[in-house]
Amino acid sequence: MTDKIKFKCRNVRVQYGDLEALHGIDIDIADRGVTAFIGPSGCGKSTFLRAFNRMNETIGGAKFSGQILMDGEDIYDPSLDPVLLRARVGMVFQKPNPFPKSIYDNVAYGPRIHGLTETQAELDSLVEKSLRRAGLWEEVKDRLTEQGTDLSGGQQQRLVIARAIAISPEVILMDEPASALDPIATARLEALIEELKTRYCIIIVTHSMAQAARVSDKTAFFYEGDLIEYDDTEKIFTNPDNQRTQDYITGRTG
Amino acid sequence: MNVSQHMSDKARKHLKSRYAKERRFRFYGLSAVLFAIASLGWLLLSLFATGLTAFQEHYVTLEAEMTVSAFAPPDQRSVETLRIADYKSIVENAIEAKFPDVRTAGEKDLLFALISESGATDHLRKRVVRNPDIIGSKIVMTVPTSDQVDQLLKGHIDRNVPEARRQISDQQILWLDDLRARGAIKKKFNSILFFNPDSRDPELAGIASAAVGSVMIVIIAFILALPIGVGAAIYLDEFAPRNRLRDWVEININNLAAVPSIIFGLLGLAVFINIFGFQRSIPLVGGMVLALRAFPTIVIATRAALRSVSPAMVDGALSLGASHVQAVFQQKVPQAMPGILTGSIVSMALVLGETAPLLMIGMVAFVTEIPTTVTDPATALPVQIFLWSESPERAWSERTAAAILILLAILMTMNALAIWLRSRLGKRR
Repeated sequence: MTDKIKFKCRNVRVQYGDLEALHGIDIDIADRGVTAFIGPSGCGKSTFLRAFNRMNETIGGAKFSGQILMDGEDIYDPSLDPVLLRARVGMVFQKPNPFPKSIYDNVAYGPRIHGLTETQAELDSLVEKSLRRAGLWEEVKDRLTEQGTDLSGGQQQRLVIARAIAISPEVILMDEPASALDPIATARLEALIEELKTRYCIIIVTHSMAQAARVSDKTAFFYEGDLIEYDDTEKIFTNPDNQRTQDYITGRTG
Repeated sequence: MNVSQHMSDKARKHLKSRYAKERRFRFYGLSAVLFAIASLGWLLLSLFATGLTAFQEHYVTLEAEMTVSAFAPPDQRSVETLRIADYKSIVENAIEAKFPDVRTAGEKDLLFALISESGATDHLRKRVVRNPDIIGSKIVMTVPTSDQVDQLLKGHIDRNVPEARRQISDQQILWLDDLRARGAIKKKFNSILFFNPDSRDPELAGIASAAVGSVMIVIIAFILALPIGVGAAIYLDEFAPRNRLRDWVEININNLAAVPSIIFGLLGLAVFINIFGFQRSIPLVGGMVLALRAFPTIVIATRAALRSVSPAMVDGALSLGASHVQAVFQQKVPQAMPGILTGSIVSMALVLGETAPLLMIGMVAFVTEIPTTVTDPATALPVQIFLWSESPERAWSERTAAAILILLAILMTMNALAIWLRSRLGKRR
């Protein structure tokens, strides 16, 4: 684990109409490793996650203020195209959302729209590499032409991760990636996150305290739009400083 | 003993009334469905009862002597002179040859009335123009009987009613029976109904001009309304800024779908014909007017189809760095395609069945030629049905019912295609 900082967030506020979902968040996120966002429903953790790839902008009426620096560069700088930002900051959603296309085309979608490969052979090897990294290659190598939507839920989620890493992002955002999966698929996904964190900065939103404790290096606890506590995961789950954090992780609130 | 309140008599009674309510509701629902099925069944049954016989027609086979004197002298023969030759006398001679005993002029007229005059002369004219060498020889011709004879032979005219109350005389019936006994009368598939244009004579009237007109109208309406409608829907749903103007446009498109169709006809008359100076009665104007009619339906169907696509697909594409346009056109629109196609086919079925606007732009003309271009005068199937339905004769009502059956068959085929497409494309996802 290096101590290099990937994101420096200062006074981040997001408003939906008159409602302020985040009340000024300050947080630094490490370049390698997994940062978990936890907190009760409606605490703003997903909204905050979507601020890192400016996906909030796709919802009409969301207003951002404050600053998020990625490697020192303001990602909300008007001169920065969100399309290019999203190529650098991948995202995995709560519900697996493979496109209704073949497994191959799902993974190849990103490289194709960004023109990352020149030849078919290059694309083939990129697809294979991405599927291997997502731990899916052995299961699907003989049926790349089948529909991505025909895979099981856990396989779909790993396909979506392969799709995200095919364009070589620097960051992968995960919004409750295991909430639609059974325990076995969840275990596989967590093992994959464990592997991926050596290459990428991973930010994961989760409702499962146990999952946060298992996979993350750092944990941030959010409550009603505020960042209550942010520290090493071990510290948060064994000896939190804040009473609210204590109540939440022991199941007394939330 | 402490009886649970859910086991008391009151609770049982209440439960009973709840079940009774449910049974009543089911009965209402079932009655409504049965009523709808019965109405449809009755409609189809009456159409079949009236129209089914129109798909066959009686023909009489005669031997015609192509007498040279009926034609212009050989050195003056051209298509024009061949067209105006005296075919009537040839036909008269042909039928009189069957009955040498008929002498008086009045009787000859009655005899001649057994066959379709225009049908027989047109038949000979076509054959002679195609091959003038048959002049002077004896040929066999099979031509339609007159509509009265056809109806009588189909049993639609009762031969037992007094002679004064039918248009066909006892003598004619005797001749007919004689012809039949000699095997000169045959019942054949009525290709005239499908391949002839409209005619004053019911036995020669067909839907061809109307069908071609309808096809042209539907194609023009499709070409105009589909891209504009789908484009408008995609723009409104995905790219239009969410403001008052958009709401206003949206409300007005929905209102447009509810505008009585005759208003579109008035609009077509005022704008396309009076301002732009298009001709009346042409499929081009009909297609443009009905494109306007289909437009709101296509917009509404397309928007419904777009909304049924999971937003997760667009999110997925956006999160991979696709631009908004890419996300919409590469993910959302392809997945909405089955719905868009279904909506388009249904709207085209609507266009095919539309009558009132076509009346306004003069597509009620009596068209005896099959249109070849979109600026030829034409009519449409429903209008043809409307025109035929105005004639009281039995032969016309038979054809009207047959034309309705054909139109219904086409509409059902289109709807079946829409359902098939939806399930097929839906499954491929």
